[in-house]
Amino acid sequence: MTAESTAMAPVARPVVNRPKLRPGWITIAGKEFADHLLSVRLYVILLVLGVAAVVPLFFAANYLHSAAAVVNELAAAGQLRAVFLALFTIQPQGIDLGPISFTVQAFVAMAAPLLGIAFAFDSVNGERHEGTLPRLVSQPIHRDDVINGKFAGGLAAIALALTIVVLVISGYGMVSLGIMPSLDEIVRLVLWLAVTILYVALWLAFGMLLSVVVRRAATSALIGFGAWLFVAMPFIGPLLLGLVGQYLAGGASTQAEALGTLQWLQRLLPGTVYSEASAALLNPSATSVSYSDIYSSQAAQQISSVLPFDKSLEIVIPQIVLLFALTVACFVVAYIRFMRQEVRA
Amino acid sequence: MTVSDRRVARKGRARQRDQERAPIDPSALIVTRRLSKRYDTIVAVDHLDIEVRAGEIFGLLGQNGAGKTTTILMLLGLTEPSSGGARVAGFDPARNPIEVKRRVGYLPDAVGFYDGMTGRQNLRYTAKLNGLSGAAAEAKISEAIEHVGMSDRADSKVETYSRGMKQRLGIADALVKDPEILILDEPTTAIDPIGVIEILDMLRALVRERGLAVLLSSHLLAQVQSVCDRVGIFAAGKLIGVGTVAELADQFGEESARIEVGFEGLEPGAYAETSKTLGSIPGVSSVLPPSSPSEPFVVFTQPRDATAKAREELIRTSLAKGLRLSSIREVAPSLDDIYRRALQATGLAGQRGAAA
Repeated sequence: MTAESTAMAPVARPVVNRPKLRPGWITIAGKEFADHLLSVRLYVILLVLGVAAVVPLFFAANYLHSAAAVVNELAAAGQLRAVFLALFTIQPQGIDLGPISFTVQAFVAMAAPLLGIAFAFDSVNGERHEGTLPRLVSQPIHRDDVINGKFAGGLAAIALALTIVVLVISGYGMVSLGIMPSLDEIVRLVLWLAVTILYVALWLAFGMLLSVVVRRAATSALIGFGAWLFVAMPFIGPLLLGLVGQYLAGGASTQAEALGTLQWLQRLLPGTVYSEASAALLNPSATSVSYSDIYSSQAAQQISSVLPFDKSLEIVIPQIVLLFALTVACFVVAYIRFMRQEVRA
Repeated sequence: MTVSDRRVARKGRARQRDQERAPIDPSALIVTRRLSKRYDTIVAVDHLDIEVRAGEIFGLLGQNGAGKTTTILMLLGLTEPSSGGARVAGFDPARNPIEVKRRVGYLPDAVGFYDGMTGRQNLRYTAKLNGLSGAAAEAKISEAIEHVGMSDRADSKVETYSRGMKQRLGIADALVKDPEILILDEPTTAIDPIGVIEILDMLRALVRERGLAVLLSSHLLAQVQSVCDRVGIFAAGKLIGVGTVAELADQFGEESARIEVGFEGLEPGAYAETSKTLGSIPGVSSVLPPSSPSEPFVVFTQPRDATAKAREELIRTSLAKGLRLSSIREVAPSLDDIYRRALQATGLAGQRGAAA
């Protein structure tokens, strides 16, 4: 502390013209997106989704063919049902699959989460393992650019993959079956695609959370696939919850009440929430997603009404909000944990 | 705000005042003042004061766990200091990490690259993150790759690289942003001896050509001894000695100096007598005879400054006794010795911090 001491002012240096930085997350998202598009994973999953889409379509095609003629008559009579959307919701004829749904819609619900898990399970711990994380965060970016960029890149890749799948199915419908979608159907399909992307984003955020919290990529992959089996496979999670529901509903006084309990339990699984939204959006005649409502309306009388898409959307707003909230929650937890972690391995 | 919070805040302000008052060298690109980092109970870095100037290689030397990496992470703004502060290229890394990081090239310990991409693609990503693109970026990338001598392999995938090549690519990666400062964490660990020499030569050339300030950390003292202009000896989070190797040798070195003397055609039977002859020279404290004919005699002189005189005397005596002198060489004190002694002198031997 001498008199001639100088203050810690910035040191005068020859001025180097530094280039303007662009937000780090954009660069990272771009790299992640490119990585995903070139990854083997994407093609494996597209193959799975493709098979998932084509197999039911193949079996349903004959039926749709004959239905198309009928539908055109109905359309002429002004009693149009959503035939184009039937591409996604129709059960193949002549095959008894028991309780398992064999529609495009059901297959997408089952397989799409894989896309999210596959793109995220090693996003952070993989970088740690490879030793690229310290190098990455020592570039002129904020630390959250890493996790934001990875999420954005993954989301873009997912949106692209799902859009391609939907376009392929639609194209098949239009070209080979000669069915044209109505405007209402197009809007429904776009909404359904958006909700599906949101659902996969939830899995992406979940996978990212795992990759932040779990040190080893193999472990986070295993946990991710375990969660997927439980939530998305109809014969595991839903079945278990169904059993619990039946036990709990034993004391219920009415059938409607018992169904209510069961549904409440099933809704603990995000897969159920998505399926409800998906069903209402793809099926204009679904007037409610509540089991007990459906039950009582069936009991009262079979009303066959067709809703415009905005009414269907209204029905599933709670489901969409719930999926969105879950996605945000997973991402926020992953974000906070990542920001607090040490950089070093 | 609780009472203790307020006390901490007051202390913080006092510390900042101290920090601002401390004299600094205006050419210093890295300055730390009372830089400290505590984890729960462990003090990883304890009131560190260092300065690294442009055109200088500064070695931060210490065992694993001495706090070297923690210090580096604080300099890059990747870890918040618990107290004290730093100026890197004129910016406070805790407040303005982006400005610091765009001026500092950093080679992390065990640097990694994206295996599926080529070396050049990896550097391109770094360039992009630094706001470089197009022809300007490509030129910088090629220049950096050439600098580390990897032009022939830059377009192969990184998964085919050896550890040493990755290390060199790491240096190229740090150079792409045209840094004012290079910070290298253990740059020579896990590299074969030839690779080490190559990397150290490269650093020397870089400092000479570009006037960079280089801070490198290492626990392999002997390896980096030759390349560092100044070194700081770091143990248990504290800097226990700083200066050139010669200065540190004066401060912590042995009291005796060593001279190696070789004789031609001397039979092992004559070792004892020769030792006795050498031992009788004024200034020589003891003599270690060789254990095999290819090795020289080791002559210890005391005090250290008697070395030059003892050396003359050695030559004269050898001639007088008819011994055919083949080599005579003063052995510079090794940093390893200095380090060991510094640890003993400060009572930190055997102590280790928890963070590397």
